[in-house]
Amino acid sequence: MAKFDETPIVKDAAKNGVLAPPELREHASSRVRCWPSKAKDTIPIGLPPERVPDWQERAIAKFGELLERNKALRVYMDICVRCGACTDKCQFFLGTGDPQNFPVARAELMRKVYRRYFTPGGRYLRDASEAADFDEEMLEKWYTYFYQCSECRRCSVFCPYGIDTAEITMAAREILCSIGVSTKYVTEVVAKVYETGNNLGIPSAAWKDNCEFLEDELQEETGLPIRFPVDDYGAEVLLVPPSADNFANVDTMIGYGKLFHALGIRWTTSTYCNEGGNFGLFLNYANLKRVNKRIIDAARMLNVKTIIWGECGHAWRGGVLTPTLNGPMDMFDPPYPYHISQFIVDMLNKGALNGKIDKSANDQYLVTYHDPCNPARAGQLLEEPRQILRACVNRFVEMPANTIREKTYCCGAGGGLLTDEVMAIRMAGGKPRAMAVKHSGANFLATICAICKAQLPEAMKYWKVDVEVGGVIQLLGNALKL
Amino acid sequence: MDTATPLGTLFSLFIIGLSYFCGLAFIIGLLWRLFGYLRTPMPWPEAITPAPTTEGGALARVLGDVLIFPNLFKADKALWVGAWVFHVALAAILFRHLRYFTYPVPGLVLYMETVALFFGYVFGAAALYLFWRRLALPRTLYISNVPDYFALLLLGLIAGSGILVSYWAHVYIVDVKAFILGLLTLHPVAPPLHPLFLTHYSLVLLLLLYFPFSKLLHAGGIFFSPSRNQPYQVQMRGKRYVNPWDSPAG
Repeated sequence: MAKFDETPIVKDAAKNGVLAPPELREHASSRVRCWPSKAKDTIPIGLPPERVPDWQERAIAKFGELLERNKALRVYMDICVRCGACTDKCQFFLGTGDPQNFPVARAELMRKVYRRYFTPGGRYLRDASEAADFDEEMLEKWYTYFYQCSECRRCSVFCPYGIDTAEITMAAREILCSIGVSTKYVTEVVAKVYETGNNLGIPSAAWKDNCEFLEDELQEETGLPIRFPVDDYGAEVLLVPPSADNFANVDTMIGYGKLFHALGIRWTTSTYCNEGGNFGLFLNYANLKRVNKRIIDAARMLNVKTIIWGECGHAWRGGVLTPTLNGPMDMFDPPYPYHISQFIVDMLNKGALNGKIDKSANDQYLVTYHDPCNPARAGQLLEEPRQILRACVNRFVEMPANTIREKTYCCGAGGGLLTDEVMAIRMAGGKPRAMAVKHSGANFLATICAICKAQLPEAMKYWKVDVEVGGVIQLLGNALKL
Repeated sequence: MDTATPLGTLFSLFIIGLSYFCGLAFIIGLLWRLFGYLRTPMPWPEAITPAPTTEGGALARVLGDVLIFPNLFKADKALWVGAWVFHVALAAILFRHLRYFTYPVPGLVLYMETVALFFGYVFGAAALYLFWRRLALPRTLYISNVPDYFALLLLGLIAGSGILVSYWAHVYIVDVKAFILGLLTLHPVAPPLHPLFLTHYSLVLLLLLYFPFSKLLHAGGIFFSPSRNQPYQVQMRGKRYVNPWDSPAG
């Protein structure tokens, strides 16, 4: 890990795996910012290449438009009573102590502007109503703190009205990118999707090479023809994994291959769309929809019966939006959208894997499960991964109750923060999860999200937790008797 | 002040006019704000999971939020106790105020007579606790704004003046009731010119005026929170969630 300024990070220890709220450290993380986007990325994805001259008017106009189009935004601008229930819930506050990382303080950045331009109190009694102009200083705060939110929704679970900060952050970013203010990391990733079909920018030829390489490897290792088909027209299943699975998390990819081999299902990936993760979620609606559409298009091109989403948290959040964003999915086999964890559980329940699993293959591991934020809080996937783990490992342990299931902490890098210039925020945000893992004593941290799989090894190393990070399906793959 | 004097009559007319103004502002303001929430579409499914999968389940989740604040219970036990007691006492007090608005008075309202003062004190104590909490904890102190203190102060003053006027510096209740019923039946009569009652009453009018345009609107907004009132049905056949302003054909 490259050197970075660690002063924004609170180093207090946890008790029993749970962090107490730290002392307030105002402005602690106010200088940790993502790099701004470049014209080469913003132009192809339909955004202004630089901040537009009339940015204030345009931002307020966009704000007004979103208030008319999004009930959540409208309601959540009004009804917060600032009770403080959320103030010790965000991993970025727990890790930095910066009160601007209270979910309520983050949302207030937007509410102040809302009151100033959209309520009578703010228009005529600006200061008494806690309203503020959308000026240079406010713009800078928005850019800083709406990119220190991972849209993980943990705060919403504790809010008496369920105020969803992710909706607020998404709206703020939508406004920002409409005036030409966006981050290099997110825009670069979205631009890569349109160019290569995936977030990492892997060209089709390299994708095919990787798949063939895996086939050769497994042939050597197991003596079996385990296939990783690409662009197989007429396959039963189109698997939409996060592209990182065929690059960094190959053990997860091997898990898919072994599973479909064991079940005898003809599956494929697509070089048009070999990416489930949807960075449009972190940018704006137009790109969310456009990236999502590639999945449906790829499935039509290959004439598959079912689309299965791989182990990726944001992919699944985008996945459940698919019928809304890009039309009904009636031409595919239900249930749709379909997640690989649900598919595995369905297969287990049908008995399709009976006698094919040897749990002892994972006996060297004491496994714990990290609920990625989106599957847990936006995708109803709480039981399935645990059910799979119970079926394929003997030694499983849960982390403290306050840190799992719908109360899970974000890994610290979701929502478009998985970029090195905000390493301080990532390590601070990863702290509550690291402390909980340490307390559990596990030596294998299983999860179902590519961003978690990229972030957690670094966070675990930083916080000195000796644990291997990998996919749930990786453990299933280990245990499958082929 | 005597209503027989011209000044007294003018004052009565002023109070009556103010009553109608604030009452109408409250009703129209509230309907306008709630209609705003109602007509604004939610473009995508937004339920926080684990979520109920049926409409009935979602309704139960919202009613649970309104009645027992389960999320707050998960978040902060001390705050939950303070907030829940505060709201239950407020509901009890509002219910008991029906005796000034109804004729004949429902039996249950009369039955509450013996515990009414108790609820008044409890409400006042809870308001004090919530006010103290804002100042005492560094995190709540940081986020508390002028409107937050103002709302608690206003409610606390209303409670205090209400207790005083009911139990110590009595106002003649028959006059109060005649005044309120007169307003409601559009045959207004002069208000009782009791300083403490008029204080209590004007503070209530201020509250009515303030309510629809402030955070107090959480009382209505809670029913419109998409993260809580939507069932999770995205994987069900025939339950496609349609975005009203951007629906692809098919």
